[in-house]
Amino acid sequence: MPASGMFLIKHKGGDNMIELRNLSKRFMTADGPVEALNNVNLTVNDGDIYGIIGMSGAGKSTLVRCINMLERPTEGSVLLDGRDLGGLSKKEMQSVRREVTMIFQSFNLLMQSTCLQNIMFPLKLARVPKAEAEARAKELLNTVGLPDKANVYPAQLSGGQQQRIAIARALATRPRVLLCDEATSALDPKTTQSILELIRQINRDTGITVIVITHQMSVVQEICNRVAILEHGAVVEEGDVSQVFSRPKAKATRALVFPDMTEGQMSSGYGQLVRLIFEGSVTTNKPLIASMAMDCGIAANILGASTRTVGKREYGYMLIEIPGGPDELAKALKYIGRAENVTVQVEAEYGGREVSE
Amino acid sequence: MNQFAMAFTQDKLEEAWHVLLTEFPLGLWETVYVTVLSTLFAIVIGLPLGILLVTGDEKGIRPLPRALMKTVNVVINFLRSVPFLILIVMVIPLTRAIVGTSIGSVASIVPLVVAAFPFVARLVESSLRELDPNIIEMAQSMGSSTWQIITRVMLPESVPSLVTNFTLAITTILGYTAMSGAMGGGGLGKIAINYGYSRYKYAVLYLAVIVLVLLVQVFQTIGTRLAARLDKRIKK
Repeated sequence: MPASGMFLIKHKGGDNMIELRNLSKRFMTADGPVEALNNVNLTVNDGDIYGIIGMSGAGKSTLVRCINMLERPTEGSVLLDGRDLGGLSKKEMQSVRREVTMIFQSFNLLMQSTCLQNIMFPLKLARVPKAEAEARAKELLNTVGLPDKANVYPAQLSGGQQQRIAIARALATRPRVLLCDEATSALDPKTTQSILELIRQINRDTGITVIVITHQMSVVQEICNRVAILEHGAVVEEGDVSQVFSRPKAKATRALVFPDMTEGQMSSGYGQLVRLIFEGSVTTNKPLIASMAMDCGIAANILGASTRTVGKREYGYMLIEIPGGPDELAKALKYIGRAENVTVQVEAEYGGREVSE
Repeated sequence: MNQFAMAFTQDKLEEAWHVLLTEFPLGLWETVYVTVLSTLFAIVIGLPLGILLVTGDEKGIRPLPRALMKTVNVVINFLRSVPFLILIVMVIPLTRAIVGTSIGSVASIVPLVVAAFPFVARLVESSLRELDPNIIEMAQSMGSSTWQIITRVMLPESVPSLVTNFTLAITTILGYTAMSGAMGGGGLGKIAINYGYSRYKYAVLYLAVIVLVLLVQVFQTIGTRLAARLDKRIKK
């Protein structure tokens, strides 16, 4: 087992900043009720960069909007630092929203206001004196690396620059939680990198808790220390990024981690599907499958293989097919099980069971 | 020579020129101030009403009782569908109550406003509906109150569109002043009708029309340029 939390960016003791308890959200549509969220339980620690990942339609956007009560959950509760947000008055909610701010996929800047005015926007809402608001906005322009854009209008900026202004705006009221709703989905890979770097840096410098909603695996790998996988409105897997990605248990997770290796499609149907996960570069150097063929006489059929870097660790991933019956399978599992740092999973849908190291 | 050509003989043109110099300055002035004042009053009533139509909507930022919204919509549609000529007559009691008379330029402002404010409300509504709903959501996520969303987000973000639509309103109202001119109001409309229609002096009528067309051009050009200048989305 790798030390849990080894990729923690900043850990301030593990206080629960956000807690979602039995959260459910139903939407009434013309075709009847739609269950957008189904009994979601999550805990985000103070200082975490917490990833919530899922395919489109998984309920990510609804989930993040429940955290700041833009959507009222149908059932369950949202706790911000122990405080239940469900029972708050409109006024109280408005002040909570200065503590939990948000950035968006489409940046959502005020196009008729300058960058400085955009950053001052939440401060004006909070009735902060103008001079003070302006000083804070200028400070934030520096933080996001755009000190010369104060009097420029958003239309004159690139997407990445607009998102930087949006980040500055979101930080203006010194929030404790920053919600990022697909914040890099509209950006090219290079700009995505720089925005993620900025978010990580802000998290490191201020200890702000960040919740990242994304459908991009790479985003979670890049900056998150914890992750929840959302599918059909429910959390199917949750934990440290390194752990979840190295031993993906849920099918949805595997589909996200190794999108090019969908099970079932490639199987010849003659054997048992087995998934191998290699940890670290030492193990990936050993010709495990070849030596198994020589030592046990089992000619495994390699259906697919790839490697992933999660955090700073490499993970190899292989999907093989063991021909023959249960005896051959047991033999193969025993052989592979002896190898170091290799996790073996027998495909459940082929009547298998999970085998740990 | 037919009747039409006879309207443009030397002496007819000279007479028209004379009318242009003597009566047009006052007529032009009346038309301009009636148009501008009517538009302003129509905006004063129509702008809040247009905001209400958007924010009070079922999916708006502050939904109001459906019955109320329905009533407002029906009243607006009713006023919009009454022909202006009929409306002038219909509001005569109101005009008398407010102005003291139903004759003259000032009196013509009342029916113009009554006809124009529902139109302006619809224009404002369409301007505000153009706004990206994500921007509203952003404002809500930052803790805006309903009033702050209206004053700090919806209106400022819609300025170019509002200016464009107000320009449309002012040019339309300008057209209406000619009608109210025929119904006891003042301005170029009155001159055109009095000379051209009642006394067959077509040259005067055409001159009045030309001046009205020029006036529309002026309002439109100012409005278009202003909207473009105010729009910060245009890269300069």
